[in-house]
Amino acid sequence: MSNPFRAARDLFVSLKLTVVLLVLSIILIFWATLSQTDLGVWGVQQKFFHSLFVVVKIPGTEVMAPIYPGGYLIGGLLLVNLLAAHFYRFKYTWRKTGIWLTHLGLILLLVGELLSGLQQKDYDLTINNGQTLNYAESQRDDEVAIIDDTDAKNDVVTAIPNRLLEGGDTIQTPGLPFRVVPQFFFQNVNLTRRENAPDAPPSMATAGIGSRLAVIPLPATGKENERNLPAAYVELVGAQGSLGTFLVSSFLEMPQHFSYGGRDWKIIMRPARRYFPFSVTLQKFRHDVYPGTDNAVNFSSDVTLHQPDGSTRNFHIYMNNPLRYGGLTFYQASFLPGDQTSILEVVRNPSWRIPYIACAMMAVGMIFQFLLSLTRFWNRHRAADYSVA
Amino acid sequence: MKAFLSFLRRWLPLLAVAGGAIFLALMFIPPSNPTDLDVVGFGRLPVLSGGRMKPMDTVARSSLLQIQHRQDIYLDDAAGLPPAKEDILTPIEWLLDVIYRPAKADTDRIFVIDNQDLLNLAGQTSESVAIHYPDTERSILADFDFMPANWRRFSYAQLKPYLDKIDNQAKLANDVPAQSRSAFQNAVVQLFESLVLYQRLESTVQVPGADHFVNELLDFQSALPQGIEALRAKEAGQAHNEELAEGMLRIGERYNALATATDVLVIPPAAAADLNGWKTAGRSLLESFGTQRVDENELIYAGLGAAWRSQRADEFNHLIGVYTQELQREFGSRLGKTNLEVLFNSAEPFYRAMPLYVIVFLLAIMAWIFWPESFRRAALGLAFLTWVVMAAGILTRMWLEGRPPVTNLYSSALYIGWGGVLICLVLETVFPLAIALLPAAAVGFATLFIAQHLALSGDTMEMMRAVLDSNFWLATHVLTVTSGYFTTFVAGGLGLVYICGGLFTTKLTPKARDALARMVYAVICFATLFSFVGTVLGGIWADQSWGRFWGWDPKENGALIIVLWNALILHARWGGMVKQRGLMCLAVFGNVVTSWSWFGTNMLGIGLHSYGFTTAAFWWLILFVASQIVFIALGLIPLARWRSFAAVSV
Repeated sequence: MSNPFRAARDLFVSLKLTVVLLVLSIILIFWATLSQTDLGVWGVQQKFFHSLFVVVKIPGTEVMAPIYPGGYLIGGLLLVNLLAAHFYRFKYTWRKTGIWLTHLGLILLLVGELLSGLQQKDYDLTINNGQTLNYAESQRDDEVAIIDDTDAKNDVVTAIPNRLLEGGDTIQTPGLPFRVVPQFFFQNVNLTRRENAPDAPPSMATAGIGSRLAVIPLPATGKENERNLPAAYVELVGAQGSLGTFLVSSFLEMPQHFSYGGRDWKIIMRPARRYFPFSVTLQKFRHDVYPGTDNAVNFSSDVTLHQPDGSTRNFHIYMNNPLRYGGLTFYQASFLPGDQTSILEVVRNPSWRIPYIACAMMAVGMIFQFLLSLTRFWNRHRAADYSVA
Repeated sequence: MKAFLSFLRRWLPLLAVAGGAIFLALMFIPPSNPTDLDVVGFGRLPVLSGGRMKPMDTVARSSLLQIQHRQDIYLDDAAGLPPAKEDILTPIEWLLDVIYRPAKADTDRIFVIDNQDLLNLAGQTSESVAIHYPDTERSILADFDFMPANWRRFSYAQLKPYLDKIDNQAKLANDVPAQSRSAFQNAVVQLFESLVLYQRLESTVQVPGADHFVNELLDFQSALPQGIEALRAKEAGQAHNEELAEGMLRIGERYNALATATDVLVIPPAAAADLNGWKTAGRSLLESFGTQRVDENELIYAGLGAAWRSQRADEFNHLIGVYTQELQREFGSRLGKTNLEVLFNSAEPFYRAMPLYVIVFLLAIMAWIFWPESFRRAALGLAFLTWVVMAAGILTRMWLEGRPPVTNLYSSALYIGWGGVLICLVLETVFPLAIALLPAAAVGFATLFIAQHLALSGDTMEMMRAVLDSNFWLATHVLTVTSGYFTTFVAGGLGLVYICGGLFTTKLTPKARDALARMVYAVICFATLFSFVGTVLGGIWADQSWGRFWGWDPKENGALIIVLWNALILHARWGGMVKQRGLMCLAVFGNVVTSWSWFGTNMLGIGLHSYGFTTAAFWWLILFVASQIVFIALGLIPLARWRSFAAVSV
């Protein structure tokens, strides 16, 4: 075996590496916790944990530099360290069962955390008393919906995720008789009437309301209770030429209308929707307070689920008691003032069971190991004399 | 003499425990009335406040703790030292004055102001706050800071001319997020809140300052039938007695203002189980317009006011008796809890336990120097006794609340103290070397001291926030995570014994070192297990409630750091990277990690767990962390300079 290979092997199986990685992860978590006051929990996750390196702007310059290992790197190295140490060093004996189980659980936990980081999707279902909805809205992602509403009964919706607009490539789909050409994309904006912002650069919009508005770009936010309001200039180009450039933004709540090819169209940027194969009716939102105070005892939503087969089921969703249905979990998350509107958080996380299994393995492993140590300790202790003379 | 000493040596443990027991037995003396008026009986009257039924006594005490940071009112604050009994106003006497004689209560010096800018705002100068002692002895003592040199509490009457200014500054400060307020902004917001609390208490039972409230109510009652008739006629546009109708409207406005001026609901419902049936005095008076009669409970409260203002004991005590008897019929066993709470308030078991832990510490130190076994047993016995009292106090709180032991930051401090002392007592029985008694006393005292300060934020048995309202998770996740805290603290405390004992004394024998190393190792194993299982249970709770197993919430991160730190210690030990001394230094740093998780994360003011407080605690945290780092630095001094190690090598 060559020398550098042996050196690498010795490094990756060593407990020293484990300790170093633990120190690095403690510092990372501490730093990330402090940063939450500025970045918010979502921003922190992206910057510190779901990254290979923590990238920081060097003070006084615009240069971004990786200055510290991120969550994926430390977690990955811990995983390699664990696997290497177990395959290379540990011989299985029954006395090691606890250690094996604990570390296997840890491997599973790290993998599970990676999977849920990649797979988990969060949506909000904002619903009024008596309302029925068959979709939830993304908490962070937006889309541009182009809707053919010529038919009074049915709309034909084509939704383009914002990340495609961000890419800047022309979008052509069989559902639309025109191409969508992204001209410019903003992560987060404030919109105002042009007369209120005389210094703003001229609008690129040639159709819709956009020519009368000024776009004021804002820094993107990652804070928990703030939402980015993106905007984009998109040009629609048909076979005979341009239909015009529209300014679309989640800041604008109303769609913009236009006609093309003898049909009526709407274009709007809105929170990305996830449609369900079922629908949900909010029967009653309740918000109880402790008598004589404004402090909440509980929030709850009585909902009816209209299943694809036509049958219905009733559920009572409240704090600490979510509804799990169709691979989605519905939690009582919040409400709007006035107690008429409930906000349910809808989460899709196929790997939610992994941490349960992993942690059970680790807990059993640790208990086994420590009980073993305790008996050994006790046997030795009885042999020793600790009384004060 | 020699016979006496050997007698003392033999009986010392028993004497210590007996002395402690007598001291603790004093707390079972029920509270007594300072005068003939049954104010203790008034303190037992149940009210609904903050969503739970509690005695008036608790309302008085928790309000005073918030406003003036202590329970009793010293009428002669200049006396400084604990004053004589006649110079003390008990909390419930104070509350009676606030409700019934606000003009008198307005002159009690209760509002704490320490901030210099705030003192200026309130019109105080360095001359006006200086205390002038009549005698030279006390003046000299004051010069040396043994007696207070300046007033730090001010009366409502003193502050009254400046209320507008205070109000204005508090509104300005309120716009600033709590974690970025200046010392002045914090102080002015706190003073403002105290003033509001005080003003709202005045409206608990009657219109503030109404000296003839019984007569007012009786007149109101007799005028009701015709008054309502006149109002109806007026509304229908028929002929009516205008004066009567106008009078009714005026009184309606008066009681409407009273109805929302307080958070204390004093008028009990007809059925004891109906918590939503409790009303404020004003609300019950407004309902008189419908029922055409004044609620008799309100009449009794008004009558108590008349008796209190004229200090007529027979009338006061008679009304208390009548009211209590009436309540007994419907509320019966429920009064058991409020009555016990009054006894619990006056017993103050946690407050009494504090000096005993100091004595345990001193006895344990003595055991290192002199008559080891005798002092050790004395310390162990006394520590056990104090631990039992703590346990009894925690159990009483659990019964009163109907909750697992830890529901807020205050109760977490009690539980950490209780658990930490328990582990130390077990360790001391296994390794009878008077070693574990030191961290026992330190953890016990420190946590009670912290709890004492946390109580300043109000009712320590407050109701749970909706998300946290789950006895199952409180009993599992919260208890295991908190157990992780106290085990880590105990390991750190033992590490401190090793460093201080080894560096500064010659008493850290190889046997003691070996025992310490084993103790620390065993405790860290448990700490890893507890903090891991606790963190995981928190993850499961979060998954059940919010749909994510792990959310990177500051408190979650804090708990995770404890797990990682303990895991690091174990791996460093297994890998031979640290020996005995390194183990101790790492264990001491565990104190830093745990205190960050316990308090530091709450100070960020973000996340689901930010139910805690406060900025004053921030500096204490910094100080604590700095002290631990100093100890670790001391631990890194070469062994040759350690007195215990030098002694061996000689």
